Amino acid sequence: MDINDFGHHSHIEGTTLFDGKRAMKGYALNKMCYSFNAGDARAAYLADPEAYMAQFGLNDAQKQACRDENVLAMIAAGGNIYYLAKFAGIFKLSVQDVGAQQTGMTVEAFKQKLVDQGK
Amino acid sequence: MARILGGITTSHIPAVGNAIANNLQDDPYWKPFFDGYPKVHEWLADNKPDIVINIYNDHGLGFFLDKMPTFAIGAAHEYKNEDEGWGIPQLDPFPGAPEMSWHIIEGMVEDEFDITSCQELAVEHGFVVPMQLFWPGAPLHPDMPKAIPISANTVQHPIPTMNRALNFGKSLRKAIESFPEDLKVVVLGAGGLSHQLDGERAGFINKDFDQMCMEKIVSAPEELTSISRHDLVRQAGAQGTEFLMWMMMRGALGDNVTELTHNYHIPISNTGAGTMLLECE
Repeated sequence: MDINDFGHHSHIEGTTLFDGKRAMKGYALNKMCYSFNAGDARAAYLADPEAYMAQFGLNDAQKQACRDENVLAMIAAGGNIYYLAKFAGIFKLSVQDVGAQQTGMTVEAFKQKLVDQGK
Repeated sequence: MARILGGITTSHIPAVGNAIANNLQDDPYWKPFFDGYPKVHEWLADNKPDIVINIYNDHGLGFFLDKMPTFAIGAAHEYKNEDEGWGIPQLDPFPGAPEMSWHIIEGMVEDEFDITSCQELAVEHGFVVPMQLFWPGAPLHPDMPKAIPISANTVQHPIPTMNRALNFGKSLRKAIESFPEDLKVVVLGAGGLSHQLDGERAGFINKDFDQMCMEKIVSAPEELTSISRHDLVRQAGAQGTEFLMWMMMRGALGDNVTELTHNYHIPISNTGAGTMLLECE
């Protein structure tokens, strides 16, 4: 039986549950992002992203998502948001920037949406 | 014997660390959040706990997906705050209490909780921000207790159930109360409340659910154990599963607690932020 043949979790709109299946799919991408805890690694990525991605064995979809700094595509390629946050940090993106990108809103509109939920 | 005085909960958002570093406590955005802490400071000054058990969830500094413990307990002499990717200045190491750590690990494994013990554990915002909020200047605050970190997995499913989290706390209580020294212990539950960082539902916050959880956790935590993990993600958001830390803390406080303070504010960063101080009876 292939790992892709089973699913433990039913669907929640707009949400990807990061489970064993995703963890296997995204391992190389998440491992690279985990390395970004170290300042030297962040600098190495910025100096030569293609070489750095190759070193961690990212697949084509993962590489393209990183080149595009596209968070939804990184999640689709198996990325886990806690590790992707370290990738976002390299580019000084806040979680509001990341939220706006994923929801197709301006950052200001996204921040207003957050405030409105407190009313 | 060691005695648990009470429990304190808080959200542990990275932006809070930045706000503290930049002295933004009275800024209009931050003030409603920081207003939740003076009563906690007073209580800590009056009670001066010797040990803080900090229950939090590591966000990818102490652990990676290569080996992901469901429940990990620190057993080190000190815990280093390391760079978690954003270049925030690191705090000094937090002194540990390894004798009590090992006593807890022995007791809980005897009680059939399978614990990962950690003689080295780098700590990040999940652990550090609550310490800074409760003991300003931490770890250099004069009353800073010795720390025991406990991290539960909310990075990767399967995560623990609400029932398991509450029972973990109950077992932790038994282990602490059997420690032979007369030490005063405070237990932190750090994380939550509702938030979601990833996907098209990013920015989701659920005020009604958060307020229900803050009410039930005081006097009816058992009722919360009927919430499935799937429902927890649906109602609290993908990262709102951090409420499990509050359940673990609550289990350690015994049957009856008195709520001494309660604050809730939306939003701090992407999160519904909650703070509570519960004293054991």
